[in-house]
Amino acid sequence: MTIELNGQPHEVDDGTSIAELIMSVTGSARGSAAVVDGEIVPRSSWASYELRDGQSVELITAIQGG
Amino acid sequence: MDDVFSIAGVELASRLILGTGGAPSLHVIDETLAASGTSMCTVAMRRVDPTTSGTILDVIDRHGVRILPNTAGCRTAREAVRTAQLAREALETDWVKLEVVADERTLLPDPIELLDAAESLVAQGFQVLPYTNDDPVLARRLQQAGCVAVMPLGSPIGTGLGISNPHNIEMIVAEASVPVILDAGIGTASDAALAMELGCDAVLLASAVTRAQDPVAMAEAMALAVRAGRLARTSGRIPKRFHAQASSPTEGMAVL
Repeated sequence: MTIELNGQPHEVDDGTSIAELIMSVTGSARGSAAVVDGEIVPRSSWASYELRDGQSVELITAIQGG
Repeated sequence: MDDVFSIAGVELASRLILGTGGAPSLHVIDETLAASGTSMCTVAMRRVDPTTSGTILDVIDRHGVRILPNTAGCRTAREAVRTAQLAREALETDWVKLEVVADERTLLPDPIELLDAAESLVAQGFQVLPYTNDDPVLARRLQQAGCVAVMPLGSPIGTGLGISNPHNIEMIVAEASVPVILDAGIGTASDAALAMELGCDAVLLASAVTRAQDPVAMAEAMALAVRAGRLARTSGRIPKRFHAQASSPTEGMAVL
């Protein structure tokens, strides 16, 4: 299925969880936050939250900044 | 002499807080963190870029330095609150450097949105460190809202113009019941020393180090300046006099 990841189309397997998506994109559970269709998904729900086709996901992390 | 610096009950060994923005590489951040001896540094929150290798968090974690996420780039209270919520999820900290700026050209804080965001974040349990104007009244209002520090600017972000209105900074310090951290505008070591001499509890700077020709040496210079300024502040400087006062005794002069 196809989701939108940070504004770009992104292919994932059916039933992919947010936890799995984050691991596949960043390689770590540390330092990321997820917003799905405009709602922040708490870290505690990442493993149980299964993504659906067409959903919009924003993955946010820490970068250099003053 | 014990000279403890703490924010919201958390002791920080260094009074120099380092922003990581503007550094040419993670390697430079690594070296400046070491040279500055800082206990806390700031980061911004942005979209994940899967093409980058290594993250700033790996570097910061190696130094055991506390992370202070910011809300840089936010123009409204709503954006800043959302960004702080994302930072709390991502970094598992409820500390936030609250920035709500009015426009790109000045990057000056928008006082109305800033206070609105601060009140909202305090209500949600955040420890809020607002980047604010050098306005004693706004600083007071932010403290009344429950902020755990106030961070007035010396001059606009990235200008290196130093402290434009030292008297306002002194007025903020004089009535503050939370730490005052001089944030933004520092250009060189004497600016950081002056901030501490005016009574600020700490200095937060980024560009002055990260964009210096030799960032690592400048990080050390800033660490020394902050220490020197603090020592001078607590040592009781001499009063300023209009006329000279000899330091050598006038008694016992030879008759020549």
